[in-house]
Amino acid sequence: MIGYVKDAVRDVHTYFKTLNVRQLISQAISLGLIVSSALMIWKGLMVVTGSESPVVVVLSGSMEPGFRRGDILFLHMSNAPIRAGEIVVFNIDGRDIPIVHRVIRVHEKAETGEVEVLTKGDNNFGDDRPLYAQGQMWLNRKHVMGRAVGYLPYVGIVTILMTDYPYVKIILIGALGLLVITSKD
Amino acid sequence: MHTFLYRTNSLLTFVASVLVVLCILASITDYFHRDSAVVAVDIVQVDRFQVSQAGNDEAFLAFNISADLRSVFTWNTKQLFVFLAVEYATPENAVNQVSVWDRIIERREDALIALPRVQNKYRLVDQGRNMRGRDLNLTMYWNAMPKSGRIYTGQKTLTGYRLPDTYS
Repeated sequence: MIGYVKDAVRDVHTYFKTLNVRQLISQAISLGLIVSSALMIWKGLMVVTGSESPVVVVLSGSMEPGFRRGDILFLHMSNAPIRAGEIVVFNIDGRDIPIVHRVIRVHEKAETGEVEVLTKGDNNFGDDRPLYAQGQMWLNRKHVMGRAVGYLPYVGIVTILMTDYPYVKIILIGALGLLVITSKD
Repeated sequence: MHTFLYRTNSLLTFVASVLVVLCILASITDYFHRDSAVVAVDIVQVDRFQVSQAGNDEAFLAFNISADLRSVFTWNTKQLFVFLAVEYATPENAVNQVSVWDRIIERREDALIALPRVQNKYRLVDQGRNMRGRDLNLTMYWNAMPKSGRIYTGQKTLTGYRLPDTYS
């Protein structure tokens, strides 16, 4: 292990000693490729799923034991009407963080087809009205970002670590950057 | 080329891809699973039927709920979220769904439910005063939350219930 770390340090050292423009440009391009392909995958998923954020990390324990902090959910937003029992991700005006909870009540207007829904976290005692904006009784379609259709445990734990401990983010980005510049194709 | 970081990176990438493939396979086995769920629900009694303080119809019902959902469980099922919804249509609303009872079931053995008399856990309130003499459907839903993969819902609807014509 220590030997490998020494190797890595020596790599970085030789890298800076033998730095030349051609190499620098080639590395900038490969870094750009990585970033842009990640962006392409994300935007592609947005188109396929019809949701503005196709993957979300569960940030609270309000859906336990089904979903725990750090699990990830895949969202899909179709034109199908919202119905009771669906797990939806919604935004509340004046709140930054979207919430993942279950629809427990649906009223769909006969004339306009507009829906009014009420949500609740499976692990919470009461419904979500205290979480909604002041005086808001129902969620409408415009608040809903997508419904959860797929689930993977633990995968988002890094995100949780990064939001809880900001220095983890710095270490991680530093390590990745080091990997990119020391790897010689 | 063969530094520690480089090897760690390829190892982690490989592990991640294997895990993703396994999760997809586990979810595919769920897809071919057929259950034979048995559901029997009945309204035993209308305890109270009145206009709420906010001026909407509100009913307090007692249900008889029995269900055998043991066959819904697969090796990839983490839990079932089971709930009973009262469903009806009014001149104002084409669809009304109100969840009146729910339960989280984490083990196959617990999926045999027999509740002789349960009152609605959540309020059964209309958006208006349209519930007198209203025909109701009762639908039992079971939302299968997986250990990994696809989330899916099964349901059984029972029809032919009706609320009284007068308040009590």
